[in-house]
Amino acid sequence: MGNDIALHLENVTMQFGGVVSVNNLTLDVPMHKIIALIGPNGAGKTTAFNCVTGVYQPTNGLIEFMGKPMVRAYPTGKYAKTYKGENADKYSGQEILSPTPDKITKLGIARTFQNIRLWKSMTVFENVLTAKHMRAKQNVFSAVFRGNLSEERRMREETMELLKEQGLDNYKDELATSLPYGLQRRLEIARALATDPTLLLLDEPAAGMNPQETFALADFVREIREKYKLTVFLIEHHMDLVMNISDYIYVIDFGSEIAQGVPEEVQRNQKVIEAYLGVAEEEGA
Amino acid sequence: MMKRSKAILPALAGVTALLLFVILLENISSMIPGLPLVFQPTSPLFTVLKKAAVYSLVAVSMNLLNGFTGLFSLGQAGFMLLGAYTFAILTVPTAQKDQVYYLFGGCAFDFSLPDFFGSIFGSTGAGGAVSMVLGCLIALVLAGCVAGFFAWLIGIPVLRLKSDYLAIATLGFAEILRAIFQWQKLGPITNGANMIKGFPTFSSFNISDASGNVVLRLSTFVPFLITSICVALIVLLIHSSYGRAFKTIRDDEVAAEAMGISLFKHKMLSFVISSFFAGVGGALFAMYVANAQAKAFTSTMTYEILLIVVIGGIGSVSGSVLATFLYVACCEWWLRFLDSEMYIGSFKVPLLRNGFRMVVFSVVIMVIVLFFSQGIMGNRELSFSRLKRLGKKKDEEAAGDKGAAENKTGEG
Repeated sequence: MGNDIALHLENVTMQFGGVVSVNNLTLDVPMHKIIALIGPNGAGKTTAFNCVTGVYQPTNGLIEFMGKPMVRAYPTGKYAKTYKGENADKYSGQEILSPTPDKITKLGIARTFQNIRLWKSMTVFENVLTAKHMRAKQNVFSAVFRGNLSEERRMREETMELLKEQGLDNYKDELATSLPYGLQRRLEIARALATDPTLLLLDEPAAGMNPQETFALADFVREIREKYKLTVFLIEHHMDLVMNISDYIYVIDFGSEIAQGVPEEVQRNQKVIEAYLGVAEEEGA
Repeated sequence: MMKRSKAILPALAGVTALLLFVILLENISSMIPGLPLVFQPTSPLFTVLKKAAVYSLVAVSMNLLNGFTGLFSLGQAGFMLLGAYTFAILTVPTAQKDQVYYLFGGCAFDFSLPDFFGSIFGSTGAGGAVSMVLGCLIALVLAGCVAGFFAWLIGIPVLRLKSDYLAIATLGFAEILRAIFQWQKLGPITNGANMIKGFPTFSSFNISDASGNVVLRLSTFVPFLITSICVALIVLLIHSSYGRAFKTIRDDEVAAEAMGISLFKHKMLSFVISSFFAGVGGALFAMYVANAQAKAFTSTMTYEILLIVVIGGIGSVSGSVLATFLYVACCEWWLRFLDSEMYIGSFKVPLLRNGFRMVVFSVVIMVIVLFFSQGIMGNRELSFSRLKRLGKKKDEEAAGDKGAAENKTGEG
């Protein structure tokens, strides 16, 4: 486990009451690759994402980021008795690590949301600018008494640069929610990039996009990976997009992994076709 | 950046002009004799101005929390109470303590900031003035600090709650504080259920000559000055990186946290800062009513301030300030006539009697909440560029009318 693995999930299980949403998921996201997590609706993809980003504390399992344990948990409380997943005792006795989402973002993991979550009373510029707040060298006093002018100027310049790169500079003073849908998606990615991530999690980035927009998105994701030296981990429904851009694919259904491999392998995998692609092909026909 | 630094100068000039105008207004009656009663120092105008200056600070502090951070807290009266008592206890002259605390055989806390500075600068003449001003200023800051400290303490458990639950918890906290401060066992410090008085008030800042005649009135200017400074600080905060972070929490907590903004830290920051200024506001309120009494800081006071914030527009500092002046003026002055019977000729106007003012007031409030839920300003701010734009529009309209008129005459 060197530093060439950006994100490593091990036996991650998330149980809600009696329902196991994610079951014993183990996967690796190598540095500088684009890895996809796919599966039918309700397979537990977003739940897995939420475990990685700290929105949920997994019931059991270990998540490592850049070779260091970031999240670690074992069944406790009511789940000590009702735990249905596997490897119940593997991590017990070790320290529980459950950082809040902001701490995880600070480590260098940024995300976008399935249903766009921009700050609606703020302009495009402010949306990106505020994402830089976390890394700014300032405190409340220097901010109020304007002792942080050089820092503030730097943040504004960087924001402007980022907006230009993303082709959003013409809209900078518009309210974020007044943008067309495709641009809102782009803004959300720009906002995530503003936190200086090493790993970018995209939750269904092509949802609601037409084929041309999806096509453009694929190029866009590749482009930002090169430009910002990112590792990308994405959830997607759009098979065209996934097969087009992913280096490696994990397929889950009912919370458990059913297949993994490079796109060609996954496309040919019988289980995957049954669970997922088969339905898509029928729809396509 | 450029835009903002340019905006600071006119704002500063505007505030300075306002403060000078207040001094002028206060002293105009002694400069020009024979002015109408409104300009006399005893007129309701000055009561309204003083009270509104105090309330606007509290309203803006509440807006910082409720409007900009999206935390629905109802503890404002509690923090004002803490500020008022801290200020009062720290500034009652040592010589008067026995008299104020006579029920409890004197005060357990035998220290007074103005007296302390008096022992350095001398307690008469200019030295006395300096030590009074210094003592009051430091007591004001400490009043804020005490309120902020308690906000921090109570914030640790309470800020994990959301929306209505937070409101209930903070409201409860304020009520508990009010009960504690009336507790007889704490009498030697808080004077039990009795009021603390004898500390410097706004009129202590009037400058008088050796024979005791007032030369320069500053009793309205002082609350205006302190409020202006505090509101300016809050505005600076709102327009800083932290202010933007507060707004993200209001807009979308989940997204804010995912972008690395620590919810707890920023909520706490907003809560403590808001309470700090509520504490300063409470101290000013004590100066305004010339006593500190726990009975005054009821939940009704919080609702009053919440009402002002809603009328002014949640998320607008200038809205809160405007609404405070309107509200206080209506409450204390303009709607007073509704409380007394009135005859037009021999016709007795129906309904006008003691207490009717509150009925009308309630109706006005209901209309505002139902039909103007955005309040006066919504979440916009009053600014010079906006005024200019408004002015320009009027000018253009006027010019258009003129043009039309000219055309007509031309045709004629």
